[in-house]
Amino acid sequence: MPIQVLMPALSPTMEKGNLAKWLKKEGETIKSGDVIAEIETDKATMEVEATDEGTLGKILIAEGTADVPVNTPIATILADGETAADLAKAPAPAKQEKAAESAAPAAAKAEAPAPKAAPAPHVAEPDPEVPAGTEMVTQTIREALRDAMAEEMRRDADVFVMGEEVAEYQGAYKVTQGLLQEFGAKRVIDTPITEHGFAGIGVGAAMTGLKPIVEFMTFNFAMQAIDQIINSAAKTLYMSGGQMGCSIVFRGPNGAAARVAAQHSQDYASWYSNIPGLKVVAPFSAADYKGLLKAAIRDPNPVIFLENEMLYGHTGEVPKLDDFVIPIGKARIVRSGSHVTIISWSNGMSYALKAADELAKDGIEAEVIDLRTLRPMDTETIINSVKKTGRAVAVEEGWAQSGVGAEIATRIMENAFDYLDAPVARVTGKDVPMPYAANLEKLALPSVAEVVEAAKAVCYR
Amino acid sequence: MAALKKAAASAPQDKINGGSPPEFTKEQEFKALRDMLLIRRFEEKAGQLYGMGAIGGFCHLYIGQEAVVVGMQMALKQGDQVITGYRDHGHMLATGMEANGVMAELTGRRGGYSKGKGGSMHMFSKEKHFYGGHGIVGAQVSLGTGLAFANNYRSNGNVSVTYFGDGAANQGQVYESFNMAELWKLPVIYVIENNRYAMGTAVSRASAQQDFSKRGASFNIPGMQVDGMDVRAVKAAGDEAAAWCRAGKGPMILEMQTYRYRGHSMSDPAKYRTREEVEKVRHDQDPIEQVRNRLLAAKVSEADLKAIDAEVRDIVNASADFAQHDPEPDAAELWTDVYR
Repeated sequence: MPIQVLMPALSPTMEKGNLAKWLKKEGETIKSGDVIAEIETDKATMEVEATDEGTLGKILIAEGTADVPVNTPIATILADGETAADLAKAPAPAKQEKAAESAAPAAAKAEAPAPKAAPAPHVAEPDPEVPAGTEMVTQTIREALRDAMAEEMRRDADVFVMGEEVAEYQGAYKVTQGLLQEFGAKRVIDTPITEHGFAGIGVGAAMTGLKPIVEFMTFNFAMQAIDQIINSAAKTLYMSGGQMGCSIVFRGPNGAAARVAAQHSQDYASWYSNIPGLKVVAPFSAADYKGLLKAAIRDPNPVIFLENEMLYGHTGEVPKLDDFVIPIGKARIVRSGSHVTIISWSNGMSYALKAADELAKDGIEAEVIDLRTLRPMDTETIINSVKKTGRAVAVEEGWAQSGVGAEIATRIMENAFDYLDAPVARVTGKDVPMPYAANLEKLALPSVAEVVEAAKAVCYR
Repeated sequence: MAALKKAAASAPQDKINGGSPPEFTKEQEFKALRDMLLIRRFEEKAGQLYGMGAIGGFCHLYIGQEAVVVGMQMALKQGDQVITGYRDHGHMLATGMEANGVMAELTGRRGGYSKGKGGSMHMFSKEKHFYGGHGIVGAQVSLGTGLAFANNYRSNGNVSVTYFGDGAANQGQVYESFNMAELWKLPVIYVIENNRYAMGTAVSRASAQQDFSKRGASFNIPGMQVDGMDVRAVKAAGDEAAAWCRAGKGPMILEMQTYRYRGHSMSDPAKYRTREEVEKVRHDQDPIEQVRNRLLAAKVSEADLKAIDAEVRDIVNASADFAQHDPEPDAAELWTDVYR
């Protein structure tokens, strides 16, 4: 029976890709291991190798086809003795089949997954930081981050980027794409795999007045470097009586990606937001990613810039301004409402916003606040909203104990106790290490349904 | 003089120029003597104030190791940076930081270098290019490599002198830093102050490779063992290492074989070594006595030496007086310098 070749998933988060090129023609003999096609994701071009032998029977997806979903049959291979007449016998693809087995992507230290391309979230409220009538451009978050760094590097020769695979590889997640070409190897520096060491080197350089952007391939690996981040970067200004500080950005993907399990899926928001001397930023929208990264690079203090890998490929409207900077420490009301306040940040916002849509169908108008910065936390915006709604739900992907949601609940209790009509609710990641199995992983993370349920509970509905 | 020279079998072996180091001029001898005496008297006074309860927390004295920082400082030029761990009072005085400011920091007063907020282990001076004062063992090695990175980035010809002990030499980030320093040819002199004990653990009980000058071997970083009790040997090694760095050849390791006379900190009774061992080093190798004896042999008068003693004592006594009378920081200082 002819064998079907399926569109492979080349990374844990890939859902579709472009069929860039066929390297074999119909009728050509194929041996196991032959490269038969090239697939483009939004960050890389990968080769598809045959795992079966025979003759390329029929090409089902023409080269140049964009957005081919993973697991779509792209060709058939005829075994010895089979002819084109046998093509009709090819089985329909099984949905659960692991398509990646037909491809052998190059393995990196941590395989850099490509993100889902999803539409921008529904945004109801205009951003007060953007002047009315500003022209907007549609960009992925990945591009917004790259542009922010490039703009700041053009503006200030003391700004440089260092980290694993940031230069020649163009970034493990392609966030630093093109920076090496524009700024050269002196300012875009590939480091060995040595987080503790290069974090310390970055801090030392910053103590002399340089402004490093230290990229961690993910914040999971920054645990190796956390001593330098906290003991050296965060505390030196205080310990030196204000003489010597450290203008530095530590950035990279934080929190859960997809199917990478416990050691690669931790949310460090609450860890860093515990530390005086650090600023902690965790944006959601493309515009915020850009404007806040520019602010972080200019900030004279150490800034932890938590990105989310699942969002890198998301697109959003970014203001076309020469110098678009969003001040650190200001939350944003993304959707206004009067019945309940939902507070989140980073990817937690995707649950919050979808939940608000659901709630609206039941007549509950949720006000959704994107904190954007976790330290310093914009308590005022939270409190003003809660005074209006009397109810609050905090949503985070991290664990509940000592989490950021616990801090939000405390601040509401301290500042708006008399306005509360119900106890503050939290929706968090479950109190377990992140499991690998797809169903368990889904259960471990917050869901839209849980946010809806929590919001209804505080509304006594 | 002859009797003092490396009599002990365990005496550090001078490897500079294969023999005795170049002689100092009389001016250099005086400077070395004065700077080392200042450190010793300062540390003795700090120990005294600690005993009186005027200094709190941890206090790690540098007595016995003075030749290392004084000799190295004589090899540096304006703009070169210095960074070290927590046994840092000697380094600060050697870079020219004021005794008053250091002592007042030890007593936690507003006139201290960190306004009383850093203490013994955390002091800095931008003016003197002193980058701390770090309490986490080994952290200063990556930071000091970062100072060298900045020198390279700016092409300013400066050298980072990064001090750490035989204990810190076993930390992982030291080797991460060595790798990058050699890879990128950073101008950093790694000065390993081997005082034979990491707190209470003798080098032989903690280090598989006890020749610290070889610790950079797998990264191709050259190293030298230096008699860290002879200020001239230190200076000569410092000159060589600084020239190496300034020539763009990358880092160099200097293992300074030295000794601390006091315990690890003020609360350490140092039961892990014999009184005889300490006495022998003091008697045979004391860095200050070496210089004093050379000067006496060169017919310098006792009166000239006493004048140095007196000058140093005045500075130290004044600093102790200042540090005990300067007010504590204003309560409002609690909230300053967290962010800028």
